Amino acid sequence: MTTPQPDLITMQFMGKNYQVPSGLTIMAAIEYAGYKLVRGSGCRAGFCGACPTIYHKGESHKLYTALACQTLVEDQMCLVQVPFVPVARKRYVMDALQPTPNIILQYYPEIAGCVACNTCTRACPQGIQVMDYIQAALRGDIQRTAELSFDCISCGICSSRCPSDIKHYPVGQLARRIYGKYILPRSQHLADRVSELAAGAYQDEMTTLMHLSLEDLKVRYEQRVFEPVVGQNDEHNAVRQWGSPVDPVDFQDDPQAILSTGA
Amino acid sequence: MELINGYPAYMRESIVKVEQTRPARLYATFPAMSLDERKVLLTHFHPDFKEDQKRPLAFGPSQGMFINHELADLLEARPLIPSHLDVSRVDYEVDVLIIGGGGAGTVAALWSVEAGIDPQRILIATKLRHGDSNSTMAQGGIQAADRPTDSPVMHYLDAMGGGHFTNRPELVQALVMDAPGIIQWHESLGVMYDKDAEGNFVVHPGGGTSRNRMHSARDYTGLEIMRVIRDEARNRAIPVIEFAPAIELLMDDHSHVAGAVLLNLETRRYRIVKAHATILATGGLGRLHMQQYPTTNHYGATADGLVLAYRVGAHLTDLDAIQYHPTGAAFPAQMAGLLITEKVRGLGAQPVNRNGDMFVFPLEPRDVEASAFIRECYERELGITTPLGMRGIWLDAPMVDILHGPGTIQTALPAMFRMYQRFGIDMTRDPILVFPTLHYQNGGIVADAHGATTVPGLFVAGEVMGGIHGKNRLMGNSLLDFNVFGKRAGIAAAAYARQTTPGNLTLAHIDAYEQMLRAAGVDRDRTAPRLLPDYRGREALERYLDIPL
Repeated sequence: MTTPQPDLITMQFMGKNYQVPSGLTIMAAIEYAGYKLVRGSGCRAGFCGACPTIYHKGESHKLYTALACQTLVEDQMCLVQVPFVPVARKRYVMDALQPTPNIILQYYPEIAGCVACNTCTRACPQGIQVMDYIQAALRGDIQRTAELSFDCISCGICSSRCPSDIKHYPVGQLARRIYGKYILPRSQHLADRVSELAAGAYQDEMTTLMHLSLEDLKVRYEQRVFEPVVGQNDEHNAVRQWGSPVDPVDFQDDPQAILSTGA
Repeated sequence: MELINGYPAYMRESIVKVEQTRPARLYATFPAMSLDERKVLLTHFHPDFKEDQKRPLAFGPSQGMFINHELADLLEARPLIPSHLDVSRVDYEVDVLIIGGGGAGTVAALWSVEAGIDPQRILIATKLRHGDSNSTMAQGGIQAADRPTDSPVMHYLDAMGGGHFTNRPELVQALVMDAPGIIQWHESLGVMYDKDAEGNFVVHPGGGTSRNRMHSARDYTGLEIMRVIRDEARNRAIPVIEFAPAIELLMDDHSHVAGAVLLNLETRRYRIVKAHATILATGGLGRLHMQQYPTTNHYGATADGLVLAYRVGAHLTDLDAIQYHPTGAAFPAQMAGLLITEKVRGLGAQPVNRNGDMFVFPLEPRDVEASAFIRECYERELGITTPLGMRGIWLDAPMVDILHGPGTIQTALPAMFRMYQRFGIDMTRDPILVFPTLHYQNGGIVADAHGATTVPGLFVAGEVMGGIHGKNRLMGNSLLDFNVFGKRAGIAAAAYARQTTPGNLTLAHIDAYEQMLRAAGVDRDRTAPRLLPDYRGREALERYLDIPL
């Protein structure tokens, strides 16, 4: 099969025009143009928040935000990468915190200044309902703050756009840690197993196994019986666990919405 | 090219076949392979067995190890700095220097503090940002045998067999016996694991595991662990220098490792760190793109730690075995090589060929599964070729929602769903095209169960350490590995730091290394460590002028 030659498009990067093939991500286009990135490139897969990018397109007045590794470059894009967004966080001692409704407000009182403009949500490259989780934090709803903010990659774009100087991702981080530590129930199985191990359980069996001949070890390996893979009505059904009204993936990611807009 | 909901028409024709075979496949399972069948498949199709792509390492303590040219080129390379560089002016003097700000380094720092080291006497130096690491990108989960139906003994068997019984038993023992304690530590830090209303973990199987032992946090498991431990490191005010990779280790006049030379990537100014104990936690090597494979790894995964450790005389192991994750994205091109978590198969999605037929048990150990995909595409020629010429097989993602109920993909795999949606594909409706991608450095630096290498003063943890996984790592054992051995190395380094005082700093070892290079007669134009890969366009480089500014 012959490789089709992609069309060249014009990207304006930090004020200069570059001809780049269409179909590249913004990050790949910047590199194609000759830049060797030091800042602005991390995981290159949408997990780390190293590549926040601000751009506008052609004559449009609208300012967009995106992750350079997860967004296709477009003709007439005029863009710049943000090395990082300086976001102040508070120090706290986890063991000394209490999961009280006003705990987040104590550390981050500026969330009370939220003017509900929703700019943070519109700016979020992850499609997180950022304003909703700030509002939830304000109401003292730690669980909702934690679940709504869960997919946050700490790129900081929200905070760079906020008129009230709210530092969103540390708010989400604090809420998730309080939720994980104090509100999510602890696993009894885990606690039991840790005590067993502390009492020396499994040590003898382990020592025996470690000293088996390779041949005998292979026999033991082949004799393993597999636990069945779980199905629709299993206790581990992900939806049953996550099936709260708090859907972590918002409307922007809804396939129906995508199909109906033809995007 | 015109795309219909993300795929060109000829791929759509194959997707129709996948849809046709789906009802019959739903509750059917392709049989798993025996150990002998695995061996035949691996030797014929796994990239590690392509002899022309590898060569024996020319010199040093691991001379003769049969490794990929890309890695040998870095180990057989000159240092970036001369041995007469002035190292007498010390910029930072610390008890514990940690090189690498990913999972292993951060865990090590936290446990050095727990072991009584003043946080201000610790320094984390990292090449990119604190947290820029493969740890952050790990999606599927972390293994720990904590359910009544499971035991550390079964975990041990699974890990040993997955590694083809080449793992070092004492390291696997540490891995599986420490695992429940690590998860409990995470609970106490506030890691948001997937749990049911009673607090039981939601668990999934992984390739090669006999129990459903994978603890996850949606498909952001690594991100969730990394951001919590990073947050805790910030609470403890542990100093971190970002964009400052180590470019050489320092030794003292007793031949102990005693710190490192750091490079400020932006000013190119170097800094000298004198340390009582040094922990290398530099991660892996995916960005070397062995055999031109794409990679799942982060931008800084260039094997720097192996290079630095080899120069001070550390032994290496199992670097002949590189892990190719079976399911890297093969289409669209913008996603090529990106990780499609094993959890997708753990939730029931089957790999099928272009006719919609199953051809392998979905959860074989990773090297076996990857080899089966390669065989399907290149021997049986039953893969799909993308418009850019890459081959792949289908991973029938919509099965997840059929088996577990609508909405499962969006709730349990939001990162995957989001990534495909960004590039125009709805994985709740259509299968996704996958092919093996360079994923993990199975081997690494030889160390004991406390991360101590054969060189006094040098500890290792995380992907840079070898022996835990033997020739092949199982899913969920790397998130576990950096926690277990980060903790052990942090504690051991703290103890070592208290009883040792470094002498005068020297770079004499790189003179000795250059002599070995000369004696071996290898090409002396290359330098290492590599630090960052280079993806600049050919057209741009053709007119590049290397002039001082």
